[in-house]
Amino acid sequence: MASKKKEGFGLNIPDAPFRPGEEAVFETWSWKPGDLNRPDPTKCTSEDTVPHAQGLVRVLGDDDKASGAWDPKLSADELREGLEHMVRLRIFDDRMMKMQRTGKLSFYMRSFGEECVAIAQTMALETQDWIFPTYRQPGAQFVRGRDMVSMICHCIGNVEDNIKGRQMPVHYSYREGRFISISSPVGTQFSQAVGVAMASQYKKLDEVTITWIGDGASAEGDYHYALNFASVFKAPVILNVVNNQWAISTHANFATASDEFATRGLPYGLASIRVDGNDFLALYAVTKWARERAAAGVGATHIEVLTYRAGAHSSSDDPSRYRPSDEHTKWPGGDPIERLRDHLIEIGEWSAKRQSGLEDRIDDEVMSAYKEAVKHGDLASGPYPEADTIFTEVYEEMPWHLKEQFDEVMEG
Amino acid sequence: MANMNMIQSLNNALDIMLDRDDDVIVYGEDVGYFGGVFRTTDGLQAKHGAHRVFDTPLSEGGILATAFGMGINGLRPVVEIQFADYIFPAYDQIVNELAKIRHRSGGEYWSPVTVRTPAGGGIRGGHHHSQSPESQFTHTPGLKVVYCSTPYNAKGLLISAVECNDPVIFFEPKRCYRGPFYGDPHNVPTWEGHPEAEVPESHYTVPLGEARLAMEGDECTVIAWGAMVHVSEQAIRDSGISCDLIDLQTLVPWDRDAVVNSIEKTGRCVIVHEAPKTSGFGAEMAASVQERCFYHLESPIQRVTGWDAPFPHTTEWDYMPGPTRIAAAIRRTQEG
Repeated sequence: MASKKKEGFGLNIPDAPFRPGEEAVFETWSWKPGDLNRPDPTKCTSEDTVPHAQGLVRVLGDDDKASGAWDPKLSADELREGLEHMVRLRIFDDRMMKMQRTGKLSFYMRSFGEECVAIAQTMALETQDWIFPTYRQPGAQFVRGRDMVSMICHCIGNVEDNIKGRQMPVHYSYREGRFISISSPVGTQFSQAVGVAMASQYKKLDEVTITWIGDGASAEGDYHYALNFASVFKAPVILNVVNNQWAISTHANFATASDEFATRGLPYGLASIRVDGNDFLALYAVTKWARERAAAGVGATHIEVLTYRAGAHSSSDDPSRYRPSDEHTKWPGGDPIERLRDHLIEIGEWSAKRQSGLEDRIDDEVMSAYKEAVKHGDLASGPYPEADTIFTEVYEEMPWHLKEQFDEVMEG
Repeated sequence: MANMNMIQSLNNALDIMLDRDDDVIVYGEDVGYFGGVFRTTDGLQAKHGAHRVFDTPLSEGGILATAFGMGINGLRPVVEIQFADYIFPAYDQIVNELAKIRHRSGGEYWSPVTVRTPAGGGIRGGHHHSQSPESQFTHTPGLKVVYCSTPYNAKGLLISAVECNDPVIFFEPKRCYRGPFYGDPHNVPTWEGHPEAEVPESHYTVPLGEARLAMEGDECTVIAWGAMVHVSEQAIRDSGISCDLIDLQTLVPWDRDAVVNSIEKTGRCVIVHEAPKTSGFGAEMAASVQERCFYHLESPIQRVTGWDAPFPHTTEWDYMPGPTRIAAAIRRTQEG
C-alpha cells in the first residue's frame, strides 16, 4: 500500500548558527563564578552534579578576579607556569604553521584558542597519571617536560623523529611522559583510555587516566562505549568532551540536538560537569576534582570543556568558507591566554612588560629549537628515517614474509 | 595426559595462563559467571575471581578498546568475541589501533591482546553464526592470525598466543568443539579416542607460524585449517589418493616452507577453506605457491571454498566444502 504525502514533513537538517558574511552574535553567558557549589568528589552522586552539567563552572569573572567555591587557590608561581606553557604552545604552533606554509612541514594542526585545555588539565594531575590525547592536546607534553626539539623532529619526520616518520605531524607519542600515541581515527582513544584506567584499577595503583574527544567525534560509537564501560566498571578515568563548536566544517549542531554535551554523562550514572574551557582556574579545579573522585574509587567524571576552535582544523582547512572569519573574536569565553594574563595582572603578579619579555624569550626558545631540529633533517632534503623503519616494529620480531619484503627493499 | 575435547583444552589453556601470569585477564560477553555460551570459560571465574574473569556489556567495540588500553598499561587481556560474525563493531579497534600501535608509536607502546572467537559453519547458524572471516584479518599488517583444529593444537596455540607480545586473532572452529567433523552432519563423533584429543594437562606450546602434517602421502598436497582439516581427511580417504594433509594452524605468518616442501614432493595442490572464494586466504596461498613451486606443479592448483554468497541456514551443507567436493578436486589434480 502506498503511503500518502504529508504536508509540513521533510528531513530536518540542522545548520550552524552563523555562516560567512553573517555577524556572529553569541548569547552572553548567564553563569557567573560562584553560581555552582563544589560537591564532595568522593561522596557525591551523579544526580548531585545535574546543576553542574546543565550550568557552567567558572572561576575567572569578567573583572579578571577569581571567586567562588571552585577557585583552586593556585599560587602565583603555578599560575605563571600555566601562562608560560600556554604562551609556549601558541608561539610554537604559530612557528610550526609558518614552517608548514613555507613547505618545511607536510601538515600541521594548531591548538589556537584551546591552549588551556591540555595544559590546565595536565597540571591538575599527578605525574604517574596517563594522558590519552587527541591531536588538539599536544600542550600536555610541555607540562610533562618533553624537549621541544624532539617534538619538532617528529613533525618534520626526520631521523630523530621518535616514531620514525611513520605518522603525520602532530601524532606524537611520548612514553616518558605517559603521553600515549595519538591516532587519526577520531574517538578510538576515548574507549581505550577506559581500558588503561581499568588496568590501573586491576593493579591497585594510584593512577588516573585522562582522555579527550571532540564534539564531532562524540557521535562515534567509541564515545558511548567509553561512558558505558567507565560507568559499569567505575574506572578511574576523566572523560572530556572538548566542545570547540566545530569538527572541520561540521558544527556541533550535527553532533547533538541537545543544548549541551555534559548532560549526556548523567544517564550513564557519571558525575558530569560543564566547565568554561578558556578559564584556566575553572578547568584546573574541575580536573582536580575529577582526579580526586577517580582516585577515591568512586568512578569517572564526564566533563564538557566549553571552548572555541579559533583556528582552522588543520593546515589543509579554510574556515572562512563555512563560518564568519571573525567568529572566534566574539566567543563569550574570550581567549584563554589573555584571561589568565589579565588575572595575573589584576592580582599584581604580572605586567604587560613581563608578558612581552616572556613572549620574546619563548620566541627565541622556539627558533633555536627549530634550528636544532633541522640539523637532524628537514622535509625537503632529509635525511629521513631509513626505509627499514617501514618493516620494523610491525611485530615484535619480523616474520619471514615481511623479512623477504625488507630484503627486497634493502637489496634495492 | 587426559582426553579432552576442544572446549576443555581451551579452558585448560586459559586456566594455566591465569595461574602463571597475574597480568592475564579474561573477559567478554557471558564469559564470567556463566562460563561462556560454548562453556569455554566454565569455572574460571569461580577459581580465579571475578576481577580476572568477567562479563562485559554487549559491546564488541568496547571490549576491544578496553583490551587495547589494558595492554598498553601492562596487562595481557584474552577477550572473547562470542561469534566471529560479531567482531565487526570492533574492526576499527583491531585494524587501525591494535594492529598498528607498536609501529605507529615507534615501539613506545604495544598491546598484547588475544582475541578468541568461535568461527565457521556447520551448526545451522545461518548468516551470522557461521562465517569464517579470517581473511578480513590476514590482510592487516601487525596481526597474527591463528586457526586451531584439534584439542591438542587449540591448547598449545592458545598458550602461544597469550604469551605472544603481538596481538593475535584466534579462530576456534565451533563445529569441532566437541568432536572432529568429517563432513557428515548425521554422524558427528566426539573427541573420545582421537589421538589429537590426548592433551597434556601441564603447560606446553604449539609455536605460532608452524603447520602440522595431519596425514602423509605423495600424490597430492591438501592444505586446510579449522574444521576443514577433518573434512579434508575424510575426502582424502574417500579419494583413495595418497595425500599430504597440511593443517596450517597459523595463517599469519603461515608456514610456507612446509607447504613448499610438500608440493615439491607431490607436484599437486588443493587448498580448502570455508570462507568465500574471492580474496580468501587460499588466493594468497595459491599465488605464493606458484611463485615458489611453478616448475614442480603438475596440474593447476585447486581451491575448494565456501561460495561467494552469504552463509545460508538450511542449505549449509550445499555451501560448505564437503568430502565430495574436496575429493573431486583431489582427483582433478591427478588428471593430465
